[in-house]
Amino acid sequence: MNLNVNGRTHEIESPPLTTLLDVLREELGVHSPKVGCEQGGCGACTVLVDGAPRRSCLLPVAALDGAEITTVEGLGAAEHLEPVQAAFVHHYAAQCGFCTSGLLMAATAYIANGGTDDREAIAEALGGHVCRCTGYVKIVDAVAAAARGDEFDLSVTAAGLFTTTMSGGAA
Amino acid sequence: MPAVTDVLLPASPDEAVAAFGDGSGVTVIGGGTIVMPDITAGRIRPARTLLLARAGLAGITHEGSTVTLGAMAPLQGLVDLPAPVGPCAGNVADLEIRLQATVGGNLCSGEGAEAPRGDLQGPLLAVGAQIRSAGSGGITTEPLEDFLGHRRGRLVLDLTYEEPAAGAFAAVDRPHTHAYTTLAVSAARTSDGTIRLAATGAGWWGIRLPSAEAAAADPAAAGAAALKDVKLHDDALASAWYREQALPVLVRRALARLEES
Ligand SMILES: Cc1cc2nc3c(=O)[nH]c(=O)nc-3n(C[C@H](O)[C@H](O)[C@H](O)COP(=O)(O)OP(=O)(O)OC[C@H]3O[C@@H](n4cnc5c(N)ncnc54)[C@H](O)[C@@H]3O)c2cc1C
Ligand code: FES
Ligand code: FES
Repeated sequence: MNLNVNGRTHEIESPPLTTLLDVLREELGVHSPKVGCEQGGCGACTVLVDGAPRRSCLLPVAALDGAEITTVEGLGAAEHLEPVQAAFVHHYAAQCGFCTSGLLMAATAYIANGGTDDREAIAEALGGHVCRCTGYVKIVDAVAAAARGDEFDLSVTAAGLFTTTMSGGAA
Repeated sequence: MPAVTDVLLPASPDEAVAAFGDGSGVTVIGGGTIVMPDITAGRIRPARTLLLARAGLAGITHEGSTVTLGAMAPLQGLVDLPAPVGPCAGNVADLEIRLQATVGGNLCSGEGAEAPRGDLQGPLLAVGAQIRSAGSGGITTEPLEDFLGHRRGRLVLDLTYEEPAAGAFAAVDRPHTHAYTTLAVSAARTSDGTIRLAATGAGWWGIRLPSAEAAAADPAAAGAAALKDVKLHDDALASAWYREQALPVLVRRALARLEES
């Protein structure tokens, strides 16, 4: 069977009930989807399957012959980030980063489907993703900014964060 | 990594029925949201699995007032249906789980204190759904109510129901999108005025509330009567005591919403 991952087609050799998550990480060396709970409860493994956000830990690879998979590796590279990635950097929406890949993919799908900067709608769309670090506010800020199409000069982001801290951190 | 297993991947409903046979020794994978973690963790090691992903059972159709839900219809496809089915589907987990979780898997999910799942059983009982399933004795159609008690060994194909004249859904609020529903009551009124009530979380699987239905004209009496219809239990979500307090309230709320709709 074949999988198209980030634009490249691969012949898959793993046993048919191997999860998409394990195929991506172990067989194909695509490591952005994270192994969190492995039971659908955290969202760290979320990737796009034919454009829709899915928990890759729940998908048997045999059901996916011919599917198009997109992971963070298929978004922008460091020198040319996608707007949603730039927004995560600018708004300091990642700390340890374990949840970030899943959230970026869910946010990508949310925005591609016409999602706006409405904070409740964002919380509803990303509600299944668990983050132990950020407290979620910065994540929602970032997705809202990306949904609005805000532009960021990342060379000043660190200075901006410093100012926020100095003025009481109420951003 | 899962153990080597014989995986059947039917490409049509007929192929699925043939592959399932009488169901002996076959583990069905619908959306896999319950069964895949069990396989990945090695809690179950099925010798034969039937993957329904490509069996073509995912349709949701309306013909006049008749609604048909394929066993593989994802729950997200149900959220815009009128109450009680739509609001109940929207109350399950989060968007990504609902895109994958299926109707058939929800109706056949485990039962008992360890597995408080199967939220759709309540609303589908309230609308009087008929369920079509395959297995020993061939393809049968029966009321969902009869099916739930003997669902092991059957392959769900689809469900059909008449859109009620009015419907309502009332559930204990969830603290987080991944908290399972502690208790929920579904209500439906048919065009001849008959009121049907059903609960999830008030037994090992969804049940009708006939005593509450008989008293439906008086919501407070119906709420109290509902306690006669159930055998409440403690589980990870709530105690039997809590459910005893909450059930009459939810019956009253569901009937009030039915009145308003
Ligand atoms: C994070 C999370 C949150 C959840 N929250 C909820 C919730 O709020 N409410 C709720 O009700 N559930 C919840 N669930 C459980 C589950 O996702 C749903 O019940 C879902 O509808 C199950 O469907 P499935 O197709 O994924 O089942 P599967 O895992 O494919 O199957 C479940 C069982 O049904 C059998 N089966 C599947 N399809 C068929 C069929 N067509 N015929 C016969 N047997 C079949 C399987 O063999 C297995 O025994 C949650 C799950 C997760 C991971
Ligand atoms: S690892 Fe898939 S949801 Fe947690
Ligand atoms: S940044 Fe650490 S879990 Fe989200």
